[in-house]
Amino acid sequence: MIRFLINRLGGSLVVLLIMSFIIYGLIGLMPGDPIDEMIAANPDLTSEDVAHLKSLHGLDKPIMERYGNWLSAALGGDFGYSRIHARPALEILMPHLWNTTVLMSIVMALSLAIAIPLGVAAAYKPNSFLDYGANLISFAGISVPPFWLALLAIIIFSVTLGWFPAGGMETVGDGGLGDRARHMVLPVMVLTLHTVGGYTRFIRASMIQTLRQDFIRTARAKGMSDIRLLIHHALRNAILPLVTVVALGFGSLFSGALITETMFSWLGVGKLIFDSILGNDFNLALVGLLFATLMTLIGNIIADIAYTWVDPRIDLAAGAGRA
Amino acid sequence: MTIQSGAVALGSQRKRMWSRFQRHRMAMISGALLLGLALLAVAAPGLEILLGVDGGRVDLYQRFQLPSLAHPLGTDELGRDLLVRLAYGGQVSLSVALVAAAFSAVLGTLVGLPAGYFGGRFDDILMRFTDGVISLPLLPLLIVLVAVDLEKLGVPADIAQSPNAGLYRIIFIIALFGWTTVARLVRAETLALKTRGFVRAAHAMGANEATVIFRHILPNVVSPTIVATTLSVGNIILLESVLSFLGMGIQPPMASWGNMLTNAQDLMWSAPQLAVWPGLFIFFTVISFNFLGDGLQDALDPRALN
Repeated sequence: MIRFLINRLGGSLVVLLIMSFIIYGLIGLMPGDPIDEMIAANPDLTSEDVAHLKSLHGLDKPIMERYGNWLSAALGGDFGYSRIHARPALEILMPHLWNTTVLMSIVMALSLAIAIPLGVAAAYKPNSFLDYGANLISFAGISVPPFWLALLAIIIFSVTLGWFPAGGMETVGDGGLGDRARHMVLPVMVLTLHTVGGYTRFIRASMIQTLRQDFIRTARAKGMSDIRLLIHHALRNAILPLVTVVALGFGSLFSGALITETMFSWLGVGKLIFDSILGNDFNLALVGLLFATLMTLIGNIIADIAYTWVDPRIDLAAGAGRA
Repeated sequence: MTIQSGAVALGSQRKRMWSRFQRHRMAMISGALLLGLALLAVAAPGLEILLGVDGGRVDLYQRFQLPSLAHPLGTDELGRDLLVRLAYGGQVSLSVALVAAAFSAVLGTLVGLPAGYFGGRFDDILMRFTDGVISLPLLPLLIVLVAVDLEKLGVPADIAQSPNAGLYRIIFIIALFGWTTVARLVRAETLALKTRGFVRAAHAMGANEATVIFRHILPNVVSPTIVATTLSVGNIILLESVLSFLGMGIQPPMASWGNMLTNAQDLMWSAPQLAVWPGLFIFFTVISFNFLGDGLQDALDPRALN
């Protein structure tokens, strides 16, 4: 187990390192560097000024050398300054991280609270009206374009009905708990509709598989009531694999909410990454993207550990966690 | 004689698949719907003639028209006929998704089959690489890639700025990340097939590696690949529409269902009806591909639990 963990952590660090280089290189390939923007903003700059500025910021050096400099600074905890915010990039990231975590925890909890009973009910009576309904909702949830759902939600609930604000984190001058909750309703609704389908389908499949097993038939033969059978025997077994799925989803949530956060001006990591890419804010985009990758990698490791915890027969050292 | 009976067996197998597929009602409806959408997309020029409009012509006197006989779905913020634009957008969105999905499937098979067949260190390296690609934050990375300046990469300016460049670029980028599902699937399938009797028999009869791979393994990984690819088409349409919506995918004036919604957010106070149709088209196309994939899975792989 320990060996497995060390292996996986080592592998993740390698992925992270490669990622940092790729992102660093790609960002350099985007149109316009910070100096170009300064030239656009200030027509008085001479070409000597430009050369001076480029050498001042190290932009005249070859990419490997620039990356090396960035990496050694980053390893020392210095991720550079954000160009837009004129503050250290890490300092900008932290509050966004918190906002995303709050949003995602609520979405996750709500999705599970809907998906578990729905999935169990659908599995209890397969091919029933309820099963078809749950199936349809699940398919609709994963098939709807998230930005369109957000657009519709804003048009219906903000523009037409005026029930909830169309975006932002809080009303200026208010900012109480109720006000913040009202700002959260629409993004939470859109994200939950998007995630709940996958979970429901997973629970349903897992429950049906469990309900076919011998111990269930035995329990039923002994006269156990359906409810007790479903919850105490079947669900307890069927829910364990869900731990893995939730862990896998955990990481992707940090970048996956990019669209919803952008549509609702929710100041989370996804919106931060999007804005910094658009604004040529290299350092900030790098930190954000690397952080999102790190989260996914951590989620994968947790999922692998959850595998063994759920099913002790799986031997991770033998590489089964990958199958 | 033997060949004939083989052909009969194959024929009846196809028939069984078809009847299993027919039982999946949603998949049948989805198939019909997709056929209709494809027809509409192909018929776009005919539709222009029929309605007597030009889909690309900007006419500011005709902005925000409500549905009428001349414009069955009304007009957009530049006075262009919405239905014709949707049909042309369908050409782009559907062809991008189908081509990107096909490329992903080929790439995935090229990685997964050798990994599973040859195994060992080779397999380890390929699968580590696949794991690495899977753990990347997809959407932000796509946004960075779409923003990359092709001319800085040394692509000649006339190619980089041609109207179709955006189309090829988005297909390429999506295929670059889309192959992982098929790769894992094909690898797992190959691992299982490798130990089956007919493959070992082929080896025993002295068949070389190429024969075993192309005659015995490859045909057997086709059906799971078809299912996975069908399911991926829906996802690719979603990705393309998101990127185009953000203004980073298909560039106007070329229509795609995603970029038709770009202005809808600014116009939602004055013309909320514009947000409805493109989104509905995306939604029904994606859900249809998902149902179709589900139905194909039932039909092609009856062992799979459902």
